[in-house]
Amino acid sequence: MTQSLSRTQTADHALVVGPGHVSEGPDSPGDRARLFSLDVKKIEQYRLVHVLGDLSDADLQVIADRLVVDPVHQWWQHAGDHQPAGLVIETGLRPGVTDREGAELVRAAHELGLPVEAATFATRWVIEADLDDAEVEVLARRVLHNEVVERWALGALSPAFADPHAVEPFTQLVSVRGFDAAALAEVNRSRRLGLDPEEMVVIRDHFESVGREPTDGEIEMLAQTWSEHCAHKTFGGLIQTPDGEIDGLLKTFLRAATDTVNAPWVKSAFVDNAGIIRFDDDFDVAIKAETHNHPSALEPFGGANTGVGGVVRDILGVSAKPIAVTDILCFGPDDVDPADLPDGVLHPRQIRSGVIAGVGDYGNKIGVPNIAGAIIHDPAYTTTPLVFAGCLGLLPAGSNPTSSQPGDSIVVLGGAVGRDGVGGATFSSQTMGVETADVAGSSVQIGDPIVEKGLIDVVVAARDAKLYNAITDCGAGGLSSSVGEMAAVLGADVDLKLVERKYPGLAPWEVWLSEAQERMVLAAPDPAPILALAARWSVGAQVIGRFTGEGRMIVRNGEEVVIDIDCEFLHDGRPQRVMQAAALDLSRPARRTDLVVDPVDALLQLLAHPSIRSNEDVIRTYDHEVLGGTIVRPYAGVEGDGPADGTAVIPPGTNGERAVVLGIGVNALLGRLDPEAMAWHVIDEAVRNAVVAGADPHELSLLDNFAWGNPTDPDTLAGLVAACRGCHDAAVAFGAPFVSGKDSLYNVYVHEDGVADPVAPTLVITVMGLAKNLDTIPLTGVVSPGNAVYLVGPEAGALGGSHLDAVLGADNGGAVPAADPSAIERHHQLAAAIAAGLVRSAHDLSEGGLAVAAAEWAFAGRLGLAISCDSDPATLFGEGSGRYLVEVTPDDAAAFESTVSMSRRCGSITEGPDVVLGDLRVSLDQIRHAYVGGAQ
Amino acid sequence: MKPRVLIPVALGTNRDADLALAFNLAGAEAESVPLTALRSGERALSSYDVLALPGGFSYGDALGAGRLFGLDLASWFGDQLLEARDRGIPMFGVCNGFQALVRAGLLPGDGAAAVLTQNERHQFECRWVTLDACSSRSIWTRDLAEPLRCPVAHGEGRFISDDLAALEANDQVALRYVTANGDPADLNYPTNPNGSPGDVAGVCDPTGMILGLMPHPENHVLDRQNPLRGRDNLGNCLPLFKAGISALVSA
Repeated sequence: MTQSLSRTQTADHALVVGPGHVSEGPDSPGDRARLFSLDVKKIEQYRLVHVLGDLSDADLQVIADRLVVDPVHQWWQHAGDHQPAGLVIETGLRPGVTDREGAELVRAAHELGLPVEAATFATRWVIEADLDDAEVEVLARRVLHNEVVERWALGALSPAFADPHAVEPFTQLVSVRGFDAAALAEVNRSRRLGLDPEEMVVIRDHFESVGREPTDGEIEMLAQTWSEHCAHKTFGGLIQTPDGEIDGLLKTFLRAATDTVNAPWVKSAFVDNAGIIRFDDDFDVAIKAETHNHPSALEPFGGANTGVGGVVRDILGVSAKPIAVTDILCFGPDDVDPADLPDGVLHPRQIRSGVIAGVGDYGNKIGVPNIAGAIIHDPAYTTTPLVFAGCLGLLPAGSNPTSSQPGDSIVVLGGAVGRDGVGGATFSSQTMGVETADVAGSSVQIGDPIVEKGLIDVVVAARDAKLYNAITDCGAGGLSSSVGEMAAVLGADVDLKLVERKYPGLAPWEVWLSEAQERMVLAAPDPAPILALAARWSVGAQVIGRFTGEGRMIVRNGEEVVIDIDCEFLHDGRPQRVMQAAALDLSRPARRTDLVVDPVDALLQLLAHPSIRSNEDVIRTYDHEVLGGTIVRPYAGVEGDGPADGTAVIPPGTNGERAVVLGIGVNALLGRLDPEAMAWHVIDEAVRNAVVAGADPHELSLLDNFAWGNPTDPDTLAGLVAACRGCHDAAVAFGAPFVSGKDSLYNVYVHEDGVADPVAPTLVITVMGLAKNLDTIPLTGVVSPGNAVYLVGPEAGALGGSHLDAVLGADNGGAVPAADPSAIERHHQLAAAIAAGLVRSAHDLSEGGLAVAAAEWAFAGRLGLAISCDSDPATLFGEGSGRYLVEVTPDDAAAFESTVSMSRRCGSITEGPDVVLGDLRVSLDQIRHAYVGGAQ
Repeated sequence: MKPRVLIPVALGTNRDADLALAFNLAGAEAESVPLTALRSGERALSSYDVLALPGGFSYGDALGAGRLFGLDLASWFGDQLLEARDRGIPMFGVCNGFQALVRAGLLPGDGAAAVLTQNERHQFECRWVTLDACSSRSIWTRDLAEPLRCPVAHGEGRFISDDLAALEANDQVALRYVTANGDPADLNYPTNPNGSPGDVAGVCDPTGMILGLMPHPENHVLDRQNPLRGRDNLGNCLPLFKAGISALVSA
C-alpha cells in the first residue's frame, strides 16, 4: 500500500457498516463457539473500515456511498457512534499481510480525488454471551481470528499499517570459520537454517577456503538451495537398507520406471516445473501436483490458497496456460474433542472449512475450473493435515523455451515483496511442534489471486510472441530459488534496489528470500515488449539484473554486495545425504472368523463414512464450469449429485475432438499396513477412474505425491522405500510413466512431552489420460431400466485395511489388497468396450467395494439395481484392483461379452426403488440419507 | 459484415473468452480488450456494435462484487456509455458484468436503486440452473421459446432492489430461476441458488436493450457442455446470443 504521512491533519477514520450478519451454518463462529463449549447466544459480525487521511465529513460520506456501503440494504456510521449491547471484539489483519481490499480502497479513493493515504478492513464482533475472561480469550483466539495473520482486541482495535519510516538493515556477516560441530549446530539452530550437520561443515570449509565469513544473504541462500523442499535430499539421498544400498529413490524407482516405459507421448518428465505430455499434433499439456501441508495446518485459508497459487505458477513456469486445478485434502475427524488437541493445533473442522474456502477462493478468482479431488478423514491427520493441489495446463506443442542466455535481462512479473513467508522452504522441511505457530508466523502467506490472473494473461501473451528464453515461477525461496536455478550455470548479477517492496525496512536477504506470492521470473533478450504487455494487463514488472555467463551468483543492494558466491558450490557443493532404512515387517494376522457383520448396517455406515460420503456441498463452492471445457464433472447424474470417477475437460482453444481425463487415487488406511501394496492400490484406483471417464489406458501418465513422516527415522524411511518400489513396479506393469512428482516429508507433530505424531504415510497418484472419442464416454449413474449389469474383475476383494474395518472400528486382520498386475488387462478390455460405444454407464469399485459402488451408481441415476452375488463381507465390501460395474443395453450384451471377457453378467437395472445385492437390500432413500445426509 | 462485440476486461475478469466464444458462435466477432487499452484510446467503444461485460472477479471483488469495475466504467467512460445507450446498442452483462452494470447505474436504470449482494447462504455456488425467459421487453430474451439451462458460479448474486414490484410491473424482470419442469423456484434452494426475491436471475433496463443476468449462458452454447448430455440435450443458450445480435441487425 502506498503511503505518505506528510499531511498534518491525517487521522484514522473508522466506519462501521451494518446490518450485522449472524451466521449459524456449519463452522460459523457460533457453531465453532459451541465446539469449544462456550455459552454464546449470538455472534453478530459487522464490517469495519479504517481510512487514514485528511478527510472531511463530506469526503467520508462519498467514501461510504461510493466505495463501502451497498444501496438498498446497508447503513454506516462512525465506529465510535456504534454502541451495540454486548461484548465487542475487533479483529483485523496484521501489518504486511496481503490486503487487497485496503489497497483497492486507496486506489479507488484516488480515482475519486480523495486524499486517502491508507486503508484496511476489519471486523467488529458483537457477542451476546456470559463468559469469564478466560473464555473470552478462547473465543477471540480460537473462534474469531487466526493469530498467524490477524490481531484482536477487546473493544476497539487500532489499525496497524506497516511503518513507512522503517530503516533498512545492512547486510551482516555470519561467523562460521573455525567453528566446531557444536558451534555450527548453534548457527544452524538460531538462524533456523534446517541444514544437516554435514552440510554445515561443508559450508564452513568453503568459506575457510574463500578466506572470509559468509554474509547473511549467502548463508540463507545456501540453506534455501539445500533445503529438503528445493533439493530433495531424501529422494536424492543414499539409502542403506538391509537388502543393500539405494542410490536415490527418484533415480532408482520413479525415473527408472519412466525410462523403462519410454513412452512416446512424454515430452518432458521431472526436469521442469511440471511434466509435459503430447495432447495432439498441435498442443501439449502440462501437469503438476504440489503439497502445502505445513502452512495449511497453521493458517488453513492462506495455506491452501497459496498452495493452489503455487501449483498454478508451476504450470505457468513451463509456459502453459492453466486450464484445470485439483485438490486432495486429508483431515482429522470432525468429532475430535477440542480438549484433546495440543496447544496451537487447530480443530479439524476449522482446518477443513478454511482449507476448502482457500482452495475455492483461488481457483474461482483466477478463473480456472476445479474439476477433480478427494477429501479423506482419518485420526492420523488431526495434527498433520494434508493439502495436495494440482494443476493442468495447455501449451502449443514445443513452445516452452528453457535456456537463458548470457546477457538476458532478468524480468520479474507480479507483486511487490514483503516479509511474506521468509524461510518457507526451510520451514516446510522441518517437523512442527508446539512452538511452531509463534515462530513461523511469517512463514505463512495469503494469496492475491487477481495478480496471478494477470500473470497468466501476460505470460501467455509473452510466450506467443516468443519474448523470453526461459521462465520459472517464484515459489518457496523466492528470487533466491527462482533466479538461483535459472542462473545455476550462467550466473547472474542482480540489484535488489530494483525489486519493488511493499513496505520499507526489509533486510536485503529478506528481499532475496521473500516468498511474496504471484511472481514469475523471465529471461528476456529484450525486456521492453514484456514490460509493455505487463502494463497492458495491469501487472507489475521490473528488470532486476541480468544473466552473466560468468558462473557467479552476485546480488547487490545498491552499492552493498549481499551475495557473491560460486554457482558450482551453490548448486553442486552439497554432500549427498546418507540415510538408513530398517527392515519392514509386513506380516498380518489372519482374518477374524467370529466377526458378525450386518450387511445393511455396514453399507449405510460406509456410505456415511467421512472419506466416502458425498462432498457435493464442497464441490459446489468451487467453479468447475469456467472456461467452458468441462464435460465429465465430479458430481453428475440425474440430479447432479452422484459421484463420478474420473473427470474430463476439453482444453479451450483445441479442436474439440479430445479431452484430458484425470483420475485420482489416495488411501489413508493401507500406508500404515503395507506401503508397497498401497502404491499398487492407489495407482490402480486412479487408472480405474480415468478409464471410466473415457481415457485410453494405453496412453496414461502419472504424478506421484508423497506425504510422509520424518525420513531420518529408519522405519519411516523403510516404508517410503517400499512405496517407491510399488510405484515403480506398478507403473512399469501398467505402461504408465511418471512425469512429475513431489515429496512432502517431516509431516510429524511433536508434542510438548516429545512424543511424535507422524502422519499416516500417504501417497496421492494423479493419472492423466486422453479421451479420444467424446461420444462414447460412459454417463455418471445408471441410465435405463432393463439394461444389463456386468461386474468386471474378481467377485470378492480383500478386507485387510478395508473401509469396512474402518467403520467397524478395528483392524480385524486379513490380507491387504495384493498387487495385481493382471488388472491392466481388465482396464484395457473395458476401455475397448467404451471406445466401441458399448457402455452406457460405469462405476469403479473402490472404498467399500461392490456394495458402496452399486449404491452410489444407482443413486446417481435414481434407479434400482438387482445383482446376484454372494452376501459375505469379502464379496460385498472387499477392496481390490481392476473391478468395475458396467451398464450395457441388451442389444450390446453379446458384443460387450466378447470384448470384456473378464466380466460376468450379474444383474440388471430396475425401476427401483431398491438396490439388491444377494441378500442385501436397501432403498434409494436409505442410500441418500446415509450418503448425503450422513455429514454429521 | 459481422456485428462487432466489445468485451472489456478488468484485472480479475476471467470469463471473457467464454463470452467471446458464445458471441462468435452466434455469428458475431467478439474482442476482449483490457480496460487499459480503452483508457489509452487504443480501442474505442464507439467502433463496436454490442457491449458485453464478462464474468470474473474484477479487482478480486474488493469493496463488493462489480463495484470497482462499475466505478471504472462510470468514471472513465461514463459519457461514452450513455452515448452508446442512447444510440441503442445492445448491452449485456453476465455475473460480474451484471454486477458492474448495476453498480454503474445502467441497470435497472432510471435511477432505481438495486444491488447484487451476498447469496443467502453466504457462499459461492456453482451448479446448473433452469431459467424462464419472462419479459417481452428485453430484446435478448423475448423471443426465447424454451427455458435455458446453464451454470451459475457466484457468491454475490442475490438481487435486491428498492422496488421489485415496479420492475415487475414494467416487465423488466427478464429471467427467473425455475425447476427443471418449469415451475417457479419459489425461493427454494438450490433451484434458486442465491435467494433472490422473486427468483430474479436477470433484469433489463426500461429500453429493453440492456440485459444483466447472474447465470452463465455463455457456458452452455455447445451440447457437449450439458451435464445431462446423453439423457437430454435441452436448454442450449445460443439463441439468447443470436437474439442480441439480430436485434442489432434488425434495428
